[in-house]
Parts: sequence; structure tokens; C-alpha cells
Amino acid sequence: MSPELFAALPFLALSVTAVAVMLLIAVRRDHRLIAAITLAGLLLALIATGATAPPAPVTLTPMFQVDGFTSFFLALIIAVCIAVVLLSYTYLNQMDDGGPVEEYYLLLLLATLGAAALLASMHFASFFLGLETLSIALIGLIAYPVKRARAIEAGLKYLVLAGVSSAFLLFGIALIYLDFGTMSFTALGRIWDTNPPHGDIYALAGFAMLLTGIGFKLSLVPFHMWAPDIYEGAPAPVTGYVAVVSKVAVFALLLRYFALIGGYRFPSLLWAISLLAILSMLAGNLLALLQDNIKRIFAYSSIAHFGYVLVALLAGTPIALQAASYYLTAYAVTTIGAFGVITLLSRPGIGHDADRLESYRGLMWSHPWLAGALTVLLLSLAGLPPTMGFVAEIYVIASGVGMQLLLPLAALIAGSVIGLYYYLRILAVLLSPAPSLASPPATPKTSPTGGAMLGVLVILLFALGIYPAPLISAIQHATAGLARSRAIYLAEDNTAVTQSPGMPRSPGYDQ
Amino acid sequence: MMLAWLMALPAIGGLLAWPAALWHRAAPRWISLAALTLDLLVLLHLWSGSSAPIDITGRGQWIAILQLPWIPQLGISFQLGLDGLSLLLVLLTLGLGIISVIISWTEITERTGFFHFNLLWTLSGTIGVFLALDLFLFFFTWEIMLVPMYFLIALWGHENRTYAAIKFFLFTQGSGLVMLLAILALAFVHQRETGTFTFSYFQLLGTKMQPATEMWIMLGFILAFVVKLPAVPFHTWLPDAHTQAPTAGSVILAGVLLKTGAYGLLRFVVPLFPLAASRFAPVAMLLGVIGIIYGALLAFGQNDIKRLVAYSSVSHLGFVLLGIFAWNTLALQGVVVQMLAHGISTGALFITAGALQERLHTRDMSRFGGLWANLPRLSAIGMFFAIASLGLPGLGNFIGEFLILLGTYQAHPAFAVAGTLGVITAAAYALIMVQKTFHGPPRAAAPAADLHAPHMAVMAVLIAAIIWLGLYPQPVFDVATSGLANLQAATPDGLLLADGRPP
Repeated sequence: MSPELFAALPFLALSVTAVAVMLLIAVRRDHRLIAAITLAGLLLALIATGATAPPAPVTLTPMFQVDGFTSFFLALIIAVCIAVVLLSYTYLNQMDDGGPVEEYYLLLLLATLGAAALLASMHFASFFLGLETLSIALIGLIAYPVKRARAIEAGLKYLVLAGVSSAFLLFGIALIYLDFGTMSFTALGRIWDTNPPHGDIYALAGFAMLLTGIGFKLSLVPFHMWAPDIYEGAPAPVTGYVAVVSKVAVFALLLRYFALIGGYRFPSLLWAISLLAILSMLAGNLLALLQDNIKRIFAYSSIAHFGYVLVALLAGTPIALQAASYYLTAYAVTTIGAFGVITLLSRPGIGHDADRLESYRGLMWSHPWLAGALTVLLLSLAGLPPTMGFVAEIYVIASGVGMQLLLPLAALIAGSVIGLYYYLRILAVLLSPAPSLASPPATPKTSPTGGAMLGVLVILLFALGIYPAPLISAIQHATAGLARSRAIYLAEDNTAVTQSPGMPRSPGYDQ
Repeated sequence: MMLAWLMALPAIGGLLAWPAALWHRAAPRWISLAALTLDLLVLLHLWSGSSAPIDITGRGQWIAILQLPWIPQLGISFQLGLDGLSLLLVLLTLGLGIISVIISWTEITERTGFFHFNLLWTLSGTIGVFLALDLFLFFFTWEIMLVPMYFLIALWGHENRTYAAIKFFLFTQGSGLVMLLAILALAFVHQRETGTFTFSYFQLLGTKMQPATEMWIMLGFILAFVVKLPAVPFHTWLPDAHTQAPTAGSVILAGVLLKTGAYGLLRFVVPLFPLAASRFAPVAMLLGVIGIIYGALLAFGQNDIKRLVAYSSVSHLGFVLLGIFAWNTLALQGVVVQMLAHGISTGALFITAGALQERLHTRDMSRFGGLWANLPRLSAIGMFFAIASLGLPGLGNFIGEFLILLGTYQAHPAFAVAGTLGVITAAAYALIMVQKTFHGPPRAAAPAADLHAPHMAVMAVLIAAIIWLGLYPQPVFDVATSGLANLQAATPDGLLLADGRPP
């Protein structure tokens, strides 16, 4: 088997499973069978990712490259997708609104394939291809419970906003292509190494457009308006998927793009990102204070969390790349856990999820295990020990302190103290005495697979919060590839510098 | 390895106590008692095992030191050390911990498992703070203390508990994050200086910095510690938290958690940033004096007995702040005694207040009065500790305050004179409390029962301890000397003299 084919195995496994599921639905509608095949395909892809993690980057056409960074995040999103499948199975069974449920898995697989493509992209074309595959599948997933008005509304909103952001992205890509004649990240980086585009209006406009598009996808303030509505309207497992997979994949792409084009040489770009980060951290946390719906609170908290990760992106040192990767991992584990709890508490049959904060009152005494898990997840979101969130927050702050990003750090501290307030508010609701209603709310019996999965997530949160060294060394290995692919440039860059003295050097990348 | 057990035993006890409640309601109490007693034995074993502290070259005198790899990629290790200062504070922590378990025996009847889990985890975190010699580990344990204490207040507290718990958490967490920035900044400055990225206390000692950098980083540390201590104007969380917490929570908060602020100033701020600390000393001493007088005046004005005791803590810890920044042997010995004596006397006063509330269902002193007739034992003990708190010679607090004032006089007479005023105001609030509560015509309905045997035993131990501390404090001085020598190795005696000029 050629190394290229070998490296492509996880992608092939995902594609084959998607096709198999599609064909099988045409032959025989069987929820259990389809879910089992999806799960098997995802497990296969996960194993393939682990087995094929290449020691050196493998290039698959000029568009894709599989390296340690790709493999790490691919494993993460496939694992998250497995968790979503486990949660969705019971949820869909209980939803029982007469509609077909099997296509859900097809959409999930397609979305994951799109995210996987994003993780390996080296080119604007593959970036756009992956993003659209992901977004279009997500529209279907968000609006999947067709009898719920909220879900349809959320799906439509996502459709419109995904369209708008794609338009921005395309226009930005077109402007950059117009200017430099290439869409490959590496080629762009090389061009700018020798010929930095200072004051180039096309490049500047292109960057602004790209940043807007990515800002929509990551729901950064001021492009965040869609997030709360879609988080609220989508069924809980899908919300978890949107919150984790689409955002993590886009952010991983952003990290790679920034590293390859050497984004740190553009002060205006850094300023724009700083502004987005500060606004997201402050506005995200402040707006979360006003919510009474737990899904909306998580939407705003996710806005703020991506503001925190942007601080690591801004720092751009090797330690910052690790920090961002660790943070995204912690975010993924925590967020999928939080939406897992919401899913397990929901009765999908009644048309909405257990999302009002009031319905969590006294949960600690009625459902001690679920409430205990949610408590740990909240502590992790708030960045308290001994959880992964604590290490992640320190990692990000460390990368910011290393580059003396004072303003973003101040916003980070202020934001996380505000954030603490609403996390504690949820906690206070959980702990308050249970309402003595005449009719105690009939909660569904918790699915054992969902409960087991939640248990695994909580144990992970603790284990990697107390002893994060193994994960950190895996991340160091993964991001070293990214730094190395950049280092190759720096070597060429240095020769370029000797050829053309006086060229400004990128400040962030010398360490 | 024994040091790790010192931290781990309460944590393990907590993990066992939680599910044990399902088996029997009293089981968590016995488990907690056993875990803490075992921990105390470990501590005593460590102490007796090495009569003379080991002199580790360049690191001072330590009774025991432990270093294990933790997150080597980031220069973080699991490093613990026990010296004279840590020893005394861990001893105080465990003593008050055992007492907290005993006094909660009848007060806490709901969810005993989770209560004892939180109690023991707070204690475990506090012990970690007193032992940590890696700044990351220090911050980790600093945060570990918070969450369980939040639960203690929010779940078992009094009428306004949610507000108090959240306020407590936000103040300490906000200032803690600023300290985290300062810790990281220190590590990066050290890396720029030497090329190694580390959080080890010993390696960070003596890092060379620009004066302005040193000042900023130190202020980051100081903010966290003065919020915890607390010093005016960062004290507003304290009266709420202390008043709303259950008795055991108040005892741990006042007796132990506040000491972590003082310990941080002693262990980290002055040794790591000697020059900045000497420039900052006048400001800190001024804050200390303001705390002494302002705290006492506010205490005098309270009607709620727990609030009164809480404000008296502000006043007493003002002395501690004053003594730390006087930074000579006399004042530092005074600081150590004051911390122990405050832990004992304030703890006892909170137990008294808790016992009163358990019997009369109010903390409002205007509804007390004449309790001596009905509750002679409780009243006598309450009066004893009120008088200890005002600094009567022969009791522990007097030794602490006297030495601090004496040491401060050498460093800066003006502050010593102003601080002495606090001793007078202390008499005012302590006596008004005794008068309103125990003397006068009986106002409240005759309460059921006086203190029963377990409480009496606890009080007897505390009384013995405070008298011993007042009459024969020499053993404490002896133990503390080696610890203080470690601190002063970095900063010679009297470095922080008066006007902040290094000699």
C-alpha cells in the first residue's frame, strides 16, 4: 500500500461508511442496524487514524496533507462523533415523531467527513469544500426534528448564515487569488516571505473577508448572533456536535493556515484578531449572565471560550500552539459532556429539550449522578482544578503572558471571573432544594450507554486535569509537525533574508 | 513520601466519607475523624523523626522535602517541603479540622457525606498550600481549597448563603487569577534570565528583575494574599462569608483559610521579591494599621455576633500584615504566634456563636442578654475567649500582638504607635459583646441545654492551648525559628526597614 493511500485510510473509512449507510437505507430501514454500522465505521476510522498517524507529513494531492496535527484532531472529532451517535440513538428512539431517523446518521457521517477534510486542507479549495460539506450536513441535522418549529427556525437561520459566511469566504479567497495567483497556503506563505504585501488593498480586503467568514463559523463577537438561537433550537446531541466538531475543525484549520502563511507578520490582522478575542471574551460572558436557558448559556460560554483560544493563536509561540490544542481538547470533552447531560435529561417526545434553567432546580437530589457529572463539567468550563479546564486555562494564560499580550489577558481574567458567576449560578440552582411539586417531573430513564459515556468523559476530565503529562506530550508531538512545516519555511525564509537584506522579520516565530 | 500522605489522607478520607453516608448517617463523621487523626499522627511522626531540621545546601533547613515529576514538559514538578513554619500551620489546620468535625456532629444532620467530603477536601487543599514548593502546585492547591468551601457555605450556610458563597468565590478567584498571571510572568522572566522554564520555588528565588517588573509581579501576588488575609479595602467578602457559613465553615475559614494569605506573604512575596517588598512595606504596614483600627471599629458597631467576630478577624490580621512587613525576627515570631492564637481564639468564638445560634435560633445580640444564668458554661467560655481576643496578658493573643508591636517599633515607630490603638479598640468590641450577650437581664426565653460533653472537651483543649501559648510560647518560637530562618535567608533581618531603603 502506498504511503498516500495508507494515510488516507481514515478518510476512506468515513466515506465508505457514509456510502454504505446511504445504500442500506434504500434497502432496509432499521434504526438499530444503521446506528451500529455508523458506530462501526467511526470506530474503524478512529483506529485507522491511530494506526496511520504519520511520522512525517504525507501530501495527498496539493490540496491535502496528513500530518501529526491532522491525526490528533481527526481522532478528537471522530471520538466526539462517536459520543454524539451514542447520545443520539436513545434520543431519536424517544423522539418518535413518525419521521424517518436513519438519515440522521448519514448526515452525521457527511458532516464528520467535511470536518476531516478541513483538518487536512492546505489549500483554499479544499478548505471551502470541507466547510461546505460540513455546513450543509449540519443544516439537515439542526432541522432534523421536522415537527419542531424551533428546530426548523434554527435550521433556516443556519442556512442563511452559513450562506452569508460562505459568500464572505469566497469573496476573500477570490481577492487573494486575484492578487497572488494561488490558493495554496504554502505557496502564499512563500510569496509573502519574499514579498510582504504591506499596504496591499486586495490582500487586506481579502483577509478581512476571510476573517469575517471564519468569525461566523466560530461565532466570535460581533458575528455571534446566530449561535444562541441555533443552540437552543437544535436537538441537544446536534447542538453538542455543532458546538464541538464544527468549531474545533475550523479553529484547527485556522491554526494551520496562520502557521503556514506566517500570519504573524501582518500587524493589522493581529489587531483585528485581538479585537475579536477581547469582544468575544467580554460580550460572550456578559450576555450569558442574562440567560435563563441553559443551552443559550452554553452558547454564550462557547463564544467566550473561543475568545480565550484566540489568545493562544495571537501568541503564536510553540507553547501557544500546544495551549490551543490542549484547550480545544478540554473544550471538546467538556462541551460534549454538558450537552450529553442535557440530552439525557430531555424527553424528546415533548418537543423541546430540558433547557430551562428552572428545570434543573434540585437536580443534585433527584439525579445525583447526572448532577454530579454536570458539576464537574461546570467546574471544568470555569477553569477550576482538578479538571482539564484548569490546565487548559493556565496553558492559554501562560502563552499570553509569554508574549505579553496584556490587553487580551486582562479581558481573559475579567471574562473568566464574570463566567464564574454564571457557572456558579447554575451550580446554585442544581444544589438548591428540590421543588416540592404536586407532580414530580417524570424524567426518562437514563440510557445506560449515555451514562457510561458521561462517566468516561468525567474520568477523562479528572485524569487529564490531575496528570496532563501524557496528553501534553501527544500534543507536543502533533503540533511539532505544524511548527516543523513552518520551520522548513523559516529555513528558506532565512536564505531569502540573506538575499534581500532589510526585509522585516516576523516577530512571533523566532522562538 | 510522608509529605504526600499528609496531603492525601484527608482527600482519601473525603472520598470514603461521601459514599459512607449511604451506609450510615454517622459514618462520615467517624471516617473524617479517623482520617484527620491519622494525618495528625503522620505529622507528629515527621516532626519527631527529625529532631533537627535537615540543612539542605542553599535551600535552608527543612524537616522533610519531596520532589516527584508531574508535568515535566512545562517545568512543573510535585514538590513539597515541611519546615518549622509549615509545620505549625499544618498542625493548626489539623487541630481545627478535628474540632470542626466534632462540633458539626449535632449541627449537620443533612447530607453528612457530602459535607465531610467538602470539609476534608478544603483541609487537604489548605495543607497543600502550606507545603507546596512549586508555584504551579501552590496555585493548584490554592484553587482546590475554594470549591469545597463554596459548597460548605452554599449548602449548609444560613439565610443569605448563596450570595455570600458567590461573593467569597468571586473575590478569591478573581484575585487568584491575577496571582496566576504573576506566577507565569515570574516563570517567563526567569526563563529569559537563565534559559530554564520552571515553577520551582528554589530555582525562582533570587531571579533578577527590573525594579518595575519586580514591583508589578509582586503586586499580582500581593493582591491574592491581601484579599485572602483580608486587608482593608479587600475585606468585604469576609463578614458575609463568615456570617453565613455553618459553624465548621466559619472555624475553618477564620482559623485556617485566612492564614494562607499570611503564609503566602511570608513564603513567597518577601523572599521572591525582596527589593519590591521593601519599597512596598510602608504601604502594606499602613494597610495593616488601617485594618486593625477599622476592623475593630466595625466590630464594635455590629449586632450580629458572627459579624462581630468576623470583623475582629480583620483587626487581628491587620497585626499580621503589620508584622510581616516589619520583617525582623521579633515581629515575625509575633506573626507566627498571632496566627496560631487567632486561629484558636476566633475558632472558639465562632463555636460559641454557633452554639448560641443552635440554641436561640438567632445571631442578633440585641435579643441575647443575661445568658449567664441559663448557660453558665457556654457564657464563661465565651467570655474567656473574648478576653483572649482583646489581648489579655497571659493568653496567646497578647504574646503575638506584643511581639509584633515591639518588632514594628524597631522598624517604624509611627506604625507601632498607631497599631497600639487597636489594642484599646479591641477591648471595646470584646467587652460589649460579653455585656450584650452574657450579662444584663435575661431577654431570650430560657434555652434548653448548656454545652454538652464533646463541646466541653473541644473547648478545654482550646483553652489549654491558648493559655499555653500565652504562658510558655518558647517551644513555638523554637519550631518557628528554623522556618523563619529559611525565609530570612533570602532577605536579611531588617531589610524592610522603615523608609524602604535596603541597608
